[in-house]
Amino acid sequence: MMKNKAVRDEITLIDLRAMASRVESGMHVALPVDYGGVSMAMTRALIEHGARDLDIICVPTGGLQIDQLIGAGLVRSIETSAVSLGEAGGAPRFNEAIKNGTIKLRDATCPAVHAGFLAAQKGSPFMPMRGLIGTDVLRYRDDWRVIQNPFSEEKDPILLVPAIKPDVAIFHAPKADRQGNVWIGRRREVALMAYASAQTLITVEEIVEENLFSSELTAAGTLPALYVSAVTVAPKGAWPYGLWGEYQADTAEILRYAKAARTSEGFADYMKLQNLENA
Amino acid sequence: MTEVLDREVLIYTISRLLEGVRHVAVGASSPMPAAGAMLLRALQEKKGAPPVRISILGSVRHNFFTNGGVELFDCAGQGRIDAFFLGGGQIDGRGNVNLVGVGEYPRSKVRWPGSFGAAYLYFVVPRVILFREEHSPRVFVDEVDFISAPGTSDRSVYRTGGPFALLTSKCLFHFDAARPGFVLESIHPGHDLAEVKKATGFEFSHSENSAQTPLPDPATLKLLRSRVMDELSETYPEFSRQMQQDLMKMGEHAL
Repeated sequence: MMKNKAVRDEITLIDLRAMASRVESGMHVALPVDYGGVSMAMTRALIEHGARDLDIICVPTGGLQIDQLIGAGLVRSIETSAVSLGEAGGAPRFNEAIKNGTIKLRDATCPAVHAGFLAAQKGSPFMPMRGLIGTDVLRYRDDWRVIQNPFSEEKDPILLVPAIKPDVAIFHAPKADRQGNVWIGRRREVALMAYASAQTLITVEEIVEENLFSSELTAAGTLPALYVSAVTVAPKGAWPYGLWGEYQADTAEILRYAKAARTSEGFADYMKLQNLENA
Repeated sequence: MTEVLDREVLIYTISRLLEGVRHVAVGASSPMPAAGAMLLRALQEKKGAPPVRISILGSVRHNFFTNGGVELFDCAGQGRIDAFFLGGGQIDGRGNVNLVGVGEYPRSKVRWPGSFGAAYLYFVVPRVILFREEHSPRVFVDEVDFISAPGTSDRSVYRTGGPFALLTSKCLFHFDAARPGFVLESIHPGHDLAEVKKATGFEFSHSENSAQTPLPDPATLKLLRSRVMDELSETYPEFSRQMQQDLMKMGEHAL
């Protein structure tokens, strides 16, 4: 796969490895929804790096990236509103791990994940939210609380979700400038991840020479370098996922993975072809 | 008479269930609901009726949110989303939905993706349409194994939304929150009441003579096969490709 690019991308490969090495065993890692800019380039680097016992928080759902990290044995626990391969069906390694009880699972619902990140964004201990009362999602969450709305005279139970403060957030975006500002467009949930996390590692399609703050048009969609720990270039870094506004998902490849990863042997064979040298 | 695919009957029915909504939201893996919403939008446009806004998660072209994934839920919480769709690995007679799995939790025998936004949206979107093609006793159960979203809530729980209808490959039910339970509204061509009863694991009410689900007229069908399919292929390329194939097959049989 694209072997002729190996020389040009050599520096990038080293950078990807350096970036992956910032993720240590036992860290709490935030990863984005499959259409939000998934750094699949980092998935391969993380697997090669091999930091284990990761506690993954999906913002707010996961797919291919989560499935591969689980399949590679790097995940200890996962908090998520869902894990699936979209049109390609269920996530095979995730489903297997749940059945065998090899990872700890905390089921959530999308806006509850957002609420936890919003609390962290604001430096607040928790965020109240509607919904969830009477669900088994809530019943199995011993870290959530239901209180009486203190502003209501009537009985009005409401859920509190504690702040979620990951050690590291990882995602892929279209471009960054030399100052480390990253253009995220309207995919604000990746900004939410960055605000809440101690470190944010971002792969991008390209580095642009012009400062993203030099125009108000790009500034509005820019995540300031203040929230960015490291950036590296990874062309087609979301593949086989798509990147909004840049390229479409490679549906055939995701289907191919879904089929291969039905068994752990098939998964291992598939991943052998996905190492960094072949990327 | 023009031949109609079963899926086209469903898409048309979805467009009818959405009549009158101003803003409908569709999840990332829901091609048929998206098609139904797009069909309604196209039909409204033709009539010169008020426009229908459609938000499709995962689409670039059919998504006008600028505040990331958070905005859909904020928008719903503000009461700005009139309709939404939910599937469900299991749905029971009280409108409870299970998107998580079969058997004990968390080590489910069969694990589905998860609850997505259902545990919130079911509470705050007025017209939630339950849509599940597979109509069998393993899907429509007496009691779900896991409540991702409850059909009804205690009076004290803040709730502005909930189930409105249940559409399957065999029939259409509406939901009566007062009972609470489902009422059979119409049966799709090629199916009958005895079959529906046998395939449904929960009790539901029905009249003696069930109505047949209405079919799209040729003009509606044409709109569905042209404009709607084009719009759909951007977000659901695989589904769109399959449907084109089915249409071609049907065309060959007709010849």
